[in-house]
Amino acid sequence: MALIDLSKKEVHCKVVYYGPGRCGKTTNLLYIHKAMDEKDRGKMLTIDTKGDRTLFFDLLPLNLGKISGFDIRIQLYTVPGQVMYEATRSLVLKGCDGLVYVADPLKVRQERNIEGLEDLRRNLEKNNLDLNKMPVVLQYNKRDLCDTPVPTLTIAELENDLNSQLNTSYYEAIATTGVGVFETLTEITKKTVRYVAEKHLLTSID
Amino acid sequence: MADFVITAQAQEKAGSLIVNSLIKAGVKTALLIDSAGNVLANCGHDQQDLDIDAISLAALAAASLAATSQIAKLIGEDDFSLLFHKGKNGNIHFGRVGVELILITIFGDDVSLGLIRCRVAELADSLAQIFEG
Repeated sequence: MALIDLSKKEVHCKVVYYGPGRCGKTTNLLYIHKAMDEKDRGKMLTIDTKGDRTLFFDLLPLNLGKISGFDIRIQLYTVPGQVMYEATRSLVLKGCDGLVYVADPLKVRQERNIEGLEDLRRNLEKNNLDLNKMPVVLQYNKRDLCDTPVPTLTIAELENDLNSQLNTSYYEAIATTGVGVFETLTEITKKTVRYVAEKHLLTSID
Repeated sequence: MADFVITAQAQEKAGSLIVNSLIKAGVKTALLIDSAGNVLANCGHDQQDLDIDAISLAALAAASLAATSQIAKLIGEDDFSLLFHKGKNGNIHFGRVGVELILITIFGDDVSLGLIRCRVAELADSLAQIFEG
């Protein structure tokens, strides 16, 4: 749910990084937090367990400059990926304006990726949101594993599993080193801001 | 859940209601947020010893109340309309405003919880009227 503050001329949007456990959602946020100038980002909030797995969510607020005189502020959230935290995922999705689905390239995680996307669709429906109508970007993370003997999924396989219905843009990434992280962020930000602006601002500004 | 568009007029009206009812009664900070964790109004906190990260507080409060709401359902309640935490020097009170909004109040031991509960209950209807119609 975007918040448009006409008095301060600010637009606040919520973007959620979703995906199965251990796919690298928090790593994306950590890289963005490390790479961005302090004046353009807020404090990163993380609620994780002892094993570094996200328990509730991570939050990273960003200031992305002005569009048509409005300050664009994006709040990046992650969800806990483990299957048992479905209720928490549903809570974090409340009011989200854009989504990044992070997929794991390991062959053994193929089912988890597909189940995760189904779980996303289901939890969005609980919040009266429709995955097919929302801004969404896919990120195929951990591409560095493709150069190792570990069995991994090809881009064609990932596309077939996850993108045949969505038909959206995807980015190959190595979140630990930042490859593809900002490309993903830029794309989802553009899509989300356009989505919110088309709904409200274009008429409000006029 | 619809998007919120806040006009300067609505914000001014809400801000003045909160200041008159809560800040003037001794409350340090009052934040009006929505259930997605966005800050709609932020009043008070002029004390130098209280530097609050409103964005984190709003996100955690929204999540905490959402979790509390699920707990309510587990024991057969629809929802709990308020949540209160007592600290050594400071206390925090979360109250629902309308369907989608939450009023967070931070206050010291010099202000009674009863007063906060009364004032938040009084404010809830007026604030819901401004933002939710």
